Amino acid sequence: MRLNRRAAAAAVLAAGCLAATACAPGTAAPAGDKAADDRTGTLQVWLYNEAGNAAKEAVIGKAVSEFQASHQGVTVKVSYIDTDASARAAKMKGAFNDPNSAPDLVEFGNTDLPGYVAAGGLAEIGADLDTWQDKGDLDPAIARTAVVDGKTYGLPWWVGVRALFYRTDLFTEAGLTPPTSYAELVTANRKIHAAHPDTFGIAIGGKYTFGALPFVWDAGGDIATKDGSAYKAAINSPASQAGIKRYTDLFGDDGCPAQQCADLTGGKTVDLFAAGKSAMAILPNSSRSKVDAGAVKGTYGVVPLPGEKPGSVAPAFAGGNNLGVMKAAKHRTLAVEFAELLAGPMYQEQMYDAMGNLPTLKSVSGKVAAKDAFLKPFTDTIAAGTRFVPLDQAWAQIDAQAVIPTMLQQVVTGKADVAKASGDAANQITSAFAAH
Amino acid sequence: MSVSTTTAPTAPPSPRGRRGGRAPAAPSGGRRRRPPLLLLLPAAVILIPLVAYPIYQLGLLSVLDFGQAQASGGAPTSFVGFGNYAKILNDGQFWSVLLQTVGFAAFCVLATLAVGATLAVLLTKVGRWPRLVLTTAAMAAWAAPAMTGSTVWSFLFDTNLGLVNHTLVKLGLTGFHEFNWFYDKWTAFLIVGAVVVWHSFPFVMVTLYAGIRAIPEEIMEAAALDGANTWTTFRRITAPMLRPILTIVVIQSVIWDFKVFTQIYVMTEGGGIAGQNLVLNVYAYQKAFASSQYGLGAAIGVIMLLILVVPTVLYIRTLRRTGNEL
Repeated sequence: MRLNRRAAAAAVLAAGCLAATACAPGTAAPAGDKAADDRTGTLQVWLYNEAGNAAKEAVIGKAVSEFQASHQGVTVKVSYIDTDASARAAKMKGAFNDPNSAPDLVEFGNTDLPGYVAAGGLAEIGADLDTWQDKGDLDPAIARTAVVDGKTYGLPWWVGVRALFYRTDLFTEAGLTPPTSYAELVTANRKIHAAHPDTFGIAIGGKYTFGALPFVWDAGGDIATKDGSAYKAAINSPASQAGIKRYTDLFGDDGCPAQQCADLTGGKTVDLFAAGKSAMAILPNSSRSKVDAGAVKGTYGVVPLPGEKPGSVAPAFAGGNNLGVMKAAKHRTLAVEFAELLAGPMYQEQMYDAMGNLPTLKSVSGKVAAKDAFLKPFTDTIAAGTRFVPLDQAWAQIDAQAVIPTMLQQVVTGKADVAKASGDAANQITSAFAAH
Repeated sequence: MSVSTTTAPTAPPSPRGRRGGRAPAAPSGGRRRRPPLLLLLPAAVILIPLVAYPIYQLGLLSVLDFGQAQASGGAPTSFVGFGNYAKILNDGQFWSVLLQTVGFAAFCVLATLAVGATLAVLLTKVGRWPRLVLTTAAMAAWAAPAMTGSTVWSFLFDTNLGLVNHTLVKLGLTGFHEFNWFYDKWTAFLIVGAVVVWHSFPFVMVTLYAGIRAIPEEIMEAAALDGANTWTTFRRITAPMLRPILTIVVIQSVIWDFKVFTQIYVMTEGGGIAGQNLVLNVYAYQKAFASSQYGLGAAIGVIMLLILVVPTVLYIRTLRRTGNEL
């Protein structure tokens, strides 16, 4: 009788399991052998849905018409996906896990690349791009952001870099010129905050990773360095520590009060500068419209973020978006051709006009800078050489676990000194690389 | 009984039934035990796919190295035994976050009970209109989604534009000019705790109010006739009669407050400055799920499950005991 009951319970459990189809975590079949190369049919494209997307859609619409006119029997279907970090991650994971519903061509943030490659979701397109006429025109530092372990998985479509925004009225009042070195930056920070206690000298944040990294890179440090085939944490190297110190020294009573700046993100510093709350800020070119919509319209200028050496430029983070071909693509060649069209000089320029995103082709970059003086500090920053985060899927983990912000916040709040905080961060970075 | 009397003549009397002196109900013990199992079937049909299967999957994931690469077939899944558990238990941060979670949950439970109980007693003392207003206000707080409530409270305590700082400065407390409530670990916990209490006290209030109302008037009247004063009435009648309800409310609050996620995640922007306001659920999210380390996240989930089994078992036992009493 006891046995009966147990058997019945087991049967019910088994039935429950069967009803849910499998008793193991779901794993998609590798997409590798499913890739096809149809030359006709519908090319599925996913692009990011950005602020002011109508202008983007108009440019893409023209590219689609041109592509369809030159390719008989091909329809291009473009879907605009939610750009919010978790929404787009979920969407891409869905596409990787179910190759049958995956698109052919996708737009993605360049820091997402290593994770997508590790997931086996993207096709290697290095050989395809070798025959692309505009390949030589790509900025080399930016081209490297699409390479993982020597293989190319994307076509850099546009970039955004940060530069130093400053208030012309406050600088004139204080008798200052825009800073050309770190020392001048510190002086301006202190002097303006002292004269206007309610105004920050510079708006920076404890959570502003890409505001801090230029200081680390300028000092000769890095998050991690590649040692053979493996990355090694370098955030606690003497050079990195010097860079961290330079960034965190800008906080406090000298310019950006810790109470108010310790938990700021990069996005919040845009709002503060736009509202006239700070004399300087490290902002991307894309924040122009937001700043112009604020109180400081017409009273600000932009210069490249200065490095330690007078006249030098601190290396900026080359954020931006790539176009990539899915491994499960059913129209591989068409996808590459459409990507080459979108990233070609004509549409890069039109995309700049529509969205204000910086081109990845040097020729187009020069052209738009000549057209719009506002862009010069940004294109100068790109020309001075940009840097990037480790191209390894461990970066996704380091980013998600807020390793760099935690380190900065510990220093800014005085919970730990630079050596201790960067040592903790290095341990976490090391274990993140070990986990992948 | 009618069933057993109709089946009795056709069934041969069982030796056990005769020995036990019971009604000859069924031919064998097995058949007699079957109905309860069948009665459990509807619950099992719902609970096994919705609860047991996910818990099974959680347990399975927790012993695997399973990330996004494994989920999408980019890398093979490997068995790591208790590797994920070892990683968490060896993480010093886990223990400090656990301690912090227990402390924060305890604070929230006590505050929720104090506020809920006080207002429940108040409800029994006031007139119809104040009661209606208070109940409506409490219901509104209860109905507000955690996300909305947290966001609105964040606005109130905003460093630069918040109503709270503005009002305090207007009252002459200039120290609160651009005061960042989330800079200090304890003020941050205090604000978040207040929001958690704000979200959960209505349940306590309504439950206890119903409990007080359920005490028969006659007993109170009898106590009054016997000359009992207010304190004696409370100590000898109200408190003992409310104890089962109080126990349930406490345990339920413990479970809720231990699992707090939204308020911390939204108000301290993912765990506060340098992670000073992390609680276990947010820690699990940051540590594992945000970076697609599902195996590690599952292991934290299992640990939380085991911790919460204790109050849950207590809860179920209390519930059953209450059922017997009523």
